[in-house]
Amino acid sequence: MNVNVTSTGAISNAAAPMEWPAGELTRIPFWIYQAPEIYALEQQRVYEGPVWNFLCLEAEVAKPGDYRTTFMGSMPVIVAHDTDDEIYAFENRCAHRGALIALDSGGHARDFTCVYHAWNYDLKGNLKAVAFEDGVNGKGGMGKTFCRSDHGPRKLRIALFSGLVFGSLSDDVPPIEEYLGDEIATRIKRVLHKPVVVTGRFTQMLQNNWKLYFENVKDTYHASLLHTFFTTFRINRLSQKGGMVVSPSGGNHASFSFIDKQNQERDYAAMGIRSDNEDFALKDPSLLDNADEFGDGCHMQILTVFPNFVLQQIQNTLAVRQILPKGQMQTALNWTTFGFADDTPEMKTRRLRQNNLAGPAGYVSMEDGAVGGFVQRGVAAAGGERAVVEMGGSGTANEGTRATEASVRGFWKCYRAHMGV
Amino acid sequence: MAITIERILALQAAYIRCIDNDALESWPDFFLDECLYKVTTADNEKNGFEAGIIYADTKGMLIDRVAALRKANVYEKQSYRHIVGLPNITSNGAAEAQSETPFLVVRIMHDGQTDIFATGVYRDTYRAAGNDLKIAKRIVVCDSSRIDTLMALPL
Repeated sequence: MNVNVTSTGAISNAAAPMEWPAGELTRIPFWIYQAPEIYALEQQRVYEGPVWNFLCLEAEVAKPGDYRTTFMGSMPVIVAHDTDDEIYAFENRCAHRGALIALDSGGHARDFTCVYHAWNYDLKGNLKAVAFEDGVNGKGGMGKTFCRSDHGPRKLRIALFSGLVFGSLSDDVPPIEEYLGDEIATRIKRVLHKPVVVTGRFTQMLQNNWKLYFENVKDTYHASLLHTFFTTFRINRLSQKGGMVVSPSGGNHASFSFIDKQNQERDYAAMGIRSDNEDFALKDPSLLDNADEFGDGCHMQILTVFPNFVLQQIQNTLAVRQILPKGQMQTALNWTTFGFADDTPEMKTRRLRQNNLAGPAGYVSMEDGAVGGFVQRGVAAAGGERAVVEMGGSGTANEGTRATEASVRGFWKCYRAHMGV
Repeated sequence: MAITIERILALQAAYIRCIDNDALESWPDFFLDECLYKVTTADNEKNGFEAGIIYADTKGMLIDRVAALRKANVYEKQSYRHIVGLPNITSNGAAEAQSETPFLVVRIMHDGQTDIFATGVYRDTYRAAGNDLKIAKRIVVCDSSRIDTLMALPL
């Protein structure tokens, strides 16, 4: 068969140039969500770089012997609570041939044995035994120079903060408090101020690059525009005030809204009038039976820590979300919902009901599972084009409004600093 | 009137037809006013975790979910095809019966993309009032803890 190609040089195989002017935070090139080389570089410079990765809740590895498996980017990790009562984490990779050491999502163990050739590890990740190390009947076995302590999976540094377990491969990462920044640390402690109890775990698979989800969580601008549940049912409080803080690094943020107590009564009266409209009233408003459990009137706080952590308080529904890349075009969003150990039966029921607000079927969050995919599909042929992130100007500073993209720009400031792109 | 397997089969057939035919407004009518509808996972059930992906403990909450899907929530046009297996009747009294029924739900997107969305079991409690058979409790236990993109329509 003859294919009529006029000029073999007409179509270049070279990738479109990946350009991004230094310091530019209001224009985001779409190749950043697409290029395979970016994905590889992120593993090196972000996840294995000077960051604190959220691994799990301390409550999930509460007792000596408890362990969970998770990921740091694409690197599989085991988090284990050892008998010395410390928490350790190490790469879930046998030092021998590289097989996974733990094959399940967690449980209780005295030690770990790789199924392939039975190399054995303690809960700190130290190689303790090699099957047939001395051979059989004087034959075979490991070489004389083999030393078990020279071999083992990579070990992570651990930081515990308010019941959260973070891990890092970097010796240069700042202490966790400094990494979080004062305001973010305070806002984590505000929610995680007493022992938690896990109430559920769900994974939402997003058909988009992880950064699109991370931006979405930081993006306060879209909230009332994409998520219309509260406005449709006229349950937005007019007196709602909001704000946002961004850490000095730009990577961490908290957005929040609270009731202006002075105007509360007037607004509840206004809501009463509106709820007479049968078409736009909830049949069962028990969903909105909100308790001011933190005593500060703040009924919503969404907080992120670069590169993979979200802490959510929407009324009384509490969750942590872990954002994990699964290739350049897919992201696993791991939801862990929780309450507190001293929750009353009423509070437990309230949280179960309000969980309808968030998660893969959440009234005010389900769209976030899809909207990243809308972007990923929309920019399929637009690697050389750019997104506009200019709401609220070009800065990354704290703002007393949610009509800004300052925290999205903060994300890119932090990301570019780590990536060197 | 005893709760026969025929009545349970008829209710289940009508239930999946309602969802698959996009007649969601009728979906809450399969339930008693005081009911429990919860979508969870085998892993959460095994761990004793109570939270659901969807959790409704009144019929009113089911009506609200349909209203939200119709008026507030944004999702691409999609439909389900439920394939429901044979119910195993685990208990059957005069006024109340319980069964466990396997299901498979295929999700069909507007562009034709067709994927297995969920498999699992319905753990049901039915209550009879005269000729009427209603669901008092339906715990939808998904085999997998992974939900692709979002769960808009109920299972």
